[in-house]
Parts: sequence; structure tokens; C-alpha cells
Amino acid sequence: MPVQYVGVKQEHLSVRHDVGVFDVSHMGEIETCGRQATDLLQHLLSNDVRRLPEGGAQYSVLCREDGGVLDDLFTYRLADEVYLTVTNAANHERDLAWFQRHAAAYDVDVIDRAPEFAMLAVQGPRARAVVERLADGPLPPRFHCCQRTIAGAPMLVCGTGYTGEDGVELLLDPTCAEEVWDALIAAKVKPVGLGARDTLRLEVCYHLYGNDLMESRGPVEAGLGWCCKEETGFVGSDAVRATRAAGPAERLAAFRFTAPGIPRQGNAVVGGGEVTSGTMSPSLGVGIGMGYVPAEKAEPGTELEIDVRGKVRPAVVAKKPLYRKD
Amino acid sequence: MADASYPDGLLYHPEHDWARVEGDVATFGITWYAQDSLGEVVFFEPPEVGTQTKQGEPYAEVESVKAVSDVIAPLSGEVVEVNGGLGDAPETINDDPYGEGWMVKVRLADPSETEALQDAASYQQTLS
Repeated sequence: MPVQYVGVKQEHLSVRHDVGVFDVSHMGEIETCGRQATDLLQHLLSNDVRRLPEGGAQYSVLCREDGGVLDDLFTYRLADEVYLTVTNAANHERDLAWFQRHAAAYDVDVIDRAPEFAMLAVQGPRARAVVERLADGPLPPRFHCCQRTIAGAPMLVCGTGYTGEDGVELLLDPTCAEEVWDALIAAKVKPVGLGARDTLRLEVCYHLYGNDLMESRGPVEAGLGWCCKEETGFVGSDAVRATRAAGPAERLAAFRFTAPGIPRQGNAVVGGGEVTSGTMSPSLGVGIGMGYVPAEKAEPGTELEIDVRGKVRPAVVAKKPLYRKD
Repeated sequence: MADASYPDGLLYHPEHDWARVEGDVATFGITWYAQDSLGEVVFFEPPEVGTQTKQGEPYAEVESVKAVSDVIAPLSGEVVEVNGGLGDAPETINDDPYGEGWMVKVRLADPSETEALQDAASYQQTLS
């Protein structure tokens, strides 16, 4: 996946106002199947996997015992005891080893499916209409998935994405991916690169593992307490429960600059805290970012000062998401 | 974005900056190669008028969506004018790097420094 095809701003706006396609085949996939597949995932994933229906999609985090975040993931329930979990590329091997290690106590198979899937994300207000015209049946609703043939290729179609726009993610045989890509481009879908993927997700405050999520911090401080169901007893649930009860010392806040400048990962927040993601927002035309700040400074409206390479720049904590469709 | 070009009559610094010398004042900017490597410029903050530039040292920063880069002064002197238009339209640096995308005007401290700079032909050879 290149950083850009024609330009980050232009690609970004294509997704916000029309339709774009990302080649995210670098993402990994793990299949969990067998009699106790649900039991294993309930043990590993923070969300309540039992509430995930067949044909459903669910977001969760994978935690260490101490609550540190190992990855954030979408899991699709393909059949009663068959699940496909999409991993972040950089974490795939570690996630797979983690799944396999814990699987030993369960009647379950954990299979690395990463080599068998390419992944194309078609996103934007026109995404569904364009993909539906190439499909042999209706597309799954948001947070659902189903098998379809699209542009001649059989695939798993998922009503998920990482842009804040409507759209689908397509998981398919890599040998068919080029043909499907070409069919999308022929349908006037714009190719979109890594640069716009980052600006799009940051405008809607989706986390990027390695920036906003890390082993040294837990899901509650990251604002992901909503996908943690401690009553399921998942690995790390005791730590998450304790943090939730005590209140975290730091929270991930979203902010925008109130003067010129662009925040960047690693910039210090004056008085404590650190920027974990920052960019120039193509939709809003201002510098935006997220960062961990002392919890009392995480409330929307709080004024912050960010040290951008020695220059202190004013910012204000904003409600998430930073960008909202009218 | 315009096609690659390296106009004659400008002096080039190997860090991909140009200077247009007119008497004891020079206009600075970045070359086509520099803006192309950066990608779309989304932020430029000029130095303040009165700031001293030093040949080979950074005098400003230019940011694309993904990266921050120092802008290197091709010559030493005192900033006498800045291109305020770049604040609202930093993409002008991509669209017209030798014209409307100029960055600062500098009153030169030592005109003999121009001897260290290259003409368009020699600069272009360093790019291949």
C-alpha cells in the first residue's frame, strides 16, 4: 500500500464525499474454529463474544493479564463455532502465538489465514451502491458480514471500515484481488493510500495500534472501556475492572489546534502528557490529534498547550469524533 | 503539480533550495524536486522579519501530511519580507515553487557566499 496515489488531501476528500478503495492486504487473519471456539474467544477478547450473532462483526481489544493492550481487532462470526479475527499486520505473529498458547486448554483449532486473504476496503458515501452493482446479492448491514460473489470473485463481505464513512471491507483470495481492484477502479472508485487512511481515521478518532494503543496502557485510558465486558472474565479483566473503578490517571483525549501548526506523535503536552497521533485535518483545515493527558485535562473544552519541536501551540480538547458528518 | 523544472538564473543549494539574487536582496524558496519529495505541503510557518539566516542552516519548517522538513537557507542575511500568503495557501509551494511559492526575502550579509551555490545545470546533475 503506497502512502499516496495522487495526493493525500484529494484521496481523503474522495472517501469523505464519494468513494475510495484501500488495499489493506497487509492486515492479518486468524481463524478460530471447533467445539470451544466461542469459549476461547470469550476468554481472550474483551467484548462479550457470546452476544456476537452468526454473520455479525464485533470490535474488541486483546489484553495481557495486566490489562495492557496487545491489539485491537474485529472478529466476524462466520458460523456457529467458526470465527475470523482481523489483526494489525505488525501484531499478527504475536496475536497468533497468543491465541495458540491459550488454545491448548480448549477443544479448538487456531489457524493462520493471513496468506489466504487479500483485503480491500471500499469506503465512502457511494461505496455500497458501487459494490452492490458488482455483487450477486445484497450487502450485509453495518457490523455484519456474509459471503458474496463480487466482480466474479467469491469473498467475505463485511460492513466495517476505518474511515467514519459507510462502506464494506472485502476479504478474498489474493489471486482474485487484482481483478476485483480493477473492476472497482473501472466503476470510478478512487485508489486511496496509507496517508489518507491515517487522516481519515484520526478525524473520527479511531485508534491506531502502536500510536494510540500499546502494551503499557490499558483500554479504559484509551477510551475503549465500551468494548470491555469484565463480567466475561477475559484475560486482563481484573486489571480493567480495577482501572475502571479507580478511574485512570491518564486518558486519551482528542484535540484540535486553535492556531496554526500541526501536532505530531511524540510531541509533549505542557504540564504532562504526550501526543500519540497528529496530523493536518483535510476536512477541518486545522491541526488535530490525540494524546494521553492527565485525566482531569481530558474533558472537552480544556485548553492544552502542545510543544511542537520547541514551539508551544494552543489546542483545545474536543468531543470525539473530531469530524462529524452533517 | 507543475512539471519538473529548474529555471536558469536562480542559484541552487544542494539541500534543494533556490535563491534569486537581485542586488543585495535575495528571494528564497524550495526546488521542484524538494516539493515533489515532500508531497502536498499543508503547513508553512515563515520566520519573523528581522531573523538572521545562515547559509546551510534551517530558517523555517515545511510540513506535508506525513512529514516535517527543515528549510535550509542558501545564503546568510536578514529576513526583510516573508510570504504571508503561504499561511492560508501552503499548497502554493507545490503549485508554483519558483513563483508565488517563494518563502522569504533576505538582505544578504555576504554576497561572496553565492560562489558556493550551483547553477541550474549543475544542480540538476546532482538529482540524477
